[in-house]
Amino acid sequence: MLARLAENLFWYGRYLERSEDLARLINVTSHLNLDLPSGISAGWEPLIRITGNAPLFNDLGHPTDETHVVRFLLSEDSNPNSLKATLEYARENLRSARDLVPKDGWEQMNAVYLKSTEQLSGKLSKRRRQDFLEELILDCQQLAGMFQGTMSHDHAYDFILIGRHLERSDMITRILEVRGYDLLPETAEDLGPFESIQWMSVLKSLTGYQMYRRHVRSRVSGSDVLRFLLRDGQFPRSVMFCLLVLEDLIEHLPGDDDRSLRIVTRLQRLVNETEVKNLRGQRLVNFMDQLQIELAGTDRAIRQTWFGSES
Amino acid sequence: MHLDDYEPKEFYDELIGKGGRPRVASRAVWKYLKGLDKNELSERRGACDLAALVAGITFRVYFEDTGVDRAMPFDLIPRVIALKEWQGIEAGLKQRVKALNCFIDDLYNDQEIVRDGVFPAELLANSENFLEQCRGISPPLGIWAHICGSDLVRDADGTMYVLEDNLRIPSGVSYMLENRQVMKRVFPELFDDSGIQPVDDYPSHLYDTLASLAPSPADYPSVVVLTPGIYNSAYFEHAYLAQQMGAALVEGRDLVVDTNDQVFMRTISGLEPVDVIYRRVDDAFIDPEAFREDSMLGVPGLMRAWRSGNVALANAPGAGVADDKVVYAYVPEIIRYYLGEEPKIENVPTWKCQYPDEMTYVIDHLDELVVKPANESGGYGMLIGPRSTKKERDTFAKLIQKNPRNYIAQPTLALSTCPTFIQNGVAPRHIDLRPFVLSGLQTYVTNGGLTRVALKAGSLVVNSSQGGGSKDTWIVDTEVS
Repeated sequence: MLARLAENLFWYGRYLERSEDLARLINVTSHLNLDLPSGISAGWEPLIRITGNAPLFNDLGHPTDETHVVRFLLSEDSNPNSLKATLEYARENLRSARDLVPKDGWEQMNAVYLKSTEQLSGKLSKRRRQDFLEELILDCQQLAGMFQGTMSHDHAYDFILIGRHLERSDMITRILEVRGYDLLPETAEDLGPFESIQWMSVLKSLTGYQMYRRHVRSRVSGSDVLRFLLRDGQFPRSVMFCLLVLEDLIEHLPGDDDRSLRIVTRLQRLVNETEVKNLRGQRLVNFMDQLQIELAGTDRAIRQTWFGSES
Repeated sequence: MHLDDYEPKEFYDELIGKGGRPRVASRAVWKYLKGLDKNELSERRGACDLAALVAGITFRVYFEDTGVDRAMPFDLIPRVIALKEWQGIEAGLKQRVKALNCFIDDLYNDQEIVRDGVFPAELLANSENFLEQCRGISPPLGIWAHICGSDLVRDADGTMYVLEDNLRIPSGVSYMLENRQVMKRVFPELFDDSGIQPVDDYPSHLYDTLASLAPSPADYPSVVVLTPGIYNSAYFEHAYLAQQMGAALVEGRDLVVDTNDQVFMRTISGLEPVDVIYRRVDDAFIDPEAFREDSMLGVPGLMRAWRSGNVALANAPGAGVADDKVVYAYVPEIIRYYLGEEPKIENVPTWKCQYPDEMTYVIDHLDELVVKPANESGGYGMLIGPRSTKKERDTFAKLIQKNPRNYIAQPTLALSTCPTFIQNGVAPRHIDLRPFVLSGLQTYVTNGGLTRVALKAGSLVVNSSQGGGSKDTWIVDTEVS
């Protein structure tokens, strides 16, 4: 398989996952803000930090209210990570590799892109936004399902999955870093009210609430949620699950360059060995940063080994 | 729907004959269309627009800076040709392409046709498409143009003419295939025992043709499609054909030629050999070592590899020497010279401006002729006499005098029409037809081809880059239906 196309599919996987994750984050934040009294509300600013857009957003000088943050995340032209942009990148990458994927899959991606672009070009009322994002999440799930069910599970497919799981694990650490820092301050006395409802929203942004309830069987508390989203080996949106998938996929790629594999196993060790109950405040931020640096290293090693990237 | 007042006017209409009655091969579809009520019809038109957009049948128009995709207009009334007539055309196309391939091979080798005085030496000397780099090469099977798209038009009296041959990188076949897919989706009931000949096997014939060119026999030769990339106007087609053939779709940067003149592609497992390249990149851009140094689309060393016989290129570089519009005028002689046969399809009568008396005639009759530059395609740089202004004609007269060899002129043909949907109802619109001919171990002609339609009333320009659309083309076996 062509190295260039492997890279296209990798980025398709990443950008589609990024689009879906962003849609979930926005919807969950809307719900959370409706549930909380305005003094407690986390507001919209954390979304700017989670998506790593703080410098750009601050340059624009917008207030961090719902209207501005959401518009920035959905369709701001200068934001290279807006939903509009990530969907376009997903589509363009898949378009380049379209002869490797089932025709229906490409047609579906194209249809989702056209529909979303139309929606995102107009003004979205709050209710229509909600519907649109819910539909988009379903569309992304449907795409993943179509590929899973109709595409040979060959290297082409593997690269989509690698992109998806690398992106997903990165997003989980970002959510945990920003929301965890706000919700798990250094000392327990600082614990705010409505803690549990806020942790529920963290779970929901990763569709983890229901599975958490089934498997953890305790009240929703910070450390338990953190442990679940970091270490659970069965929930598809936990860091460990993504790392196990990545290990399995990378192991089966051609060639004997094991740089990326070594980083992934190092990441697994990090996640398994950390003392979760000590992850609070700055220590939590540092830990998540460390994971993100290692994930970036995995990304670099993959691109050098299989896509022929120089650096 | 109401079709009784459809009026083909003075032109030959492909579906409707004298007295407003449908031709034999078109009876079934005409009856069916008549039976549809307004709602059924608009439902089908909607379904068809959507199907085309979703399938990503979009193409880019050159010089359009926004680069936005737009759907190629598709008209859902098919163009119908009776199988009996088609078989004659098919034989004519095979004959023509065979002769053209003999001609190209001769020009790059012994040039007997020039020595025998059948083809003028000065035309060859002035040909822009003759590539010095191809002299002395004999590609496998002696074939240069493996994929040919010839444009056919029908005049008022019903005669089919070849208007031009495209021997470089003819495009449009994917629209033929997709149009049929859309029609089958929208009108499944029409395809039940109606004797419509299938077109879907084109990709497998294309693959067989390409595979038969492999330098050394192999069960699974490595065949790739070389595209300029996703911003090319025909990228959709490149991707589509590669997918349908199960061939890799590569760009120049994916290929590399080593010091032994072998071609490889860069894969996730390292370098893999390539045997056959269906290249959709122009001659001038395929190899910066041999042609344009500034080409970012090509593969350095590709010509070396091809000359050494280590890789097959389809179409072969230099094949375009036989498709300029001045060579066109000689095709009947070319057929007689190489095959000793009379042409089975006619050429449109053509004045060649390089001869002073013919040039004088052309300049005196600019208002009734169509003037075409020899090396342009896509309808660019043409003068349509009867539609032109005095100023345009004066400009053209000067252009012709400056470079006579670059121009030919033909009578304005009364192109045939086909019923086509317009804003309110159905009206005749002018059409042409581009069948595709594959030459390898075997020769294959598509059942029909791509029918292009000029959507503007009265317009004769069918090119997609100038607002033309397309239709499905049905070759119908009337003995069955």
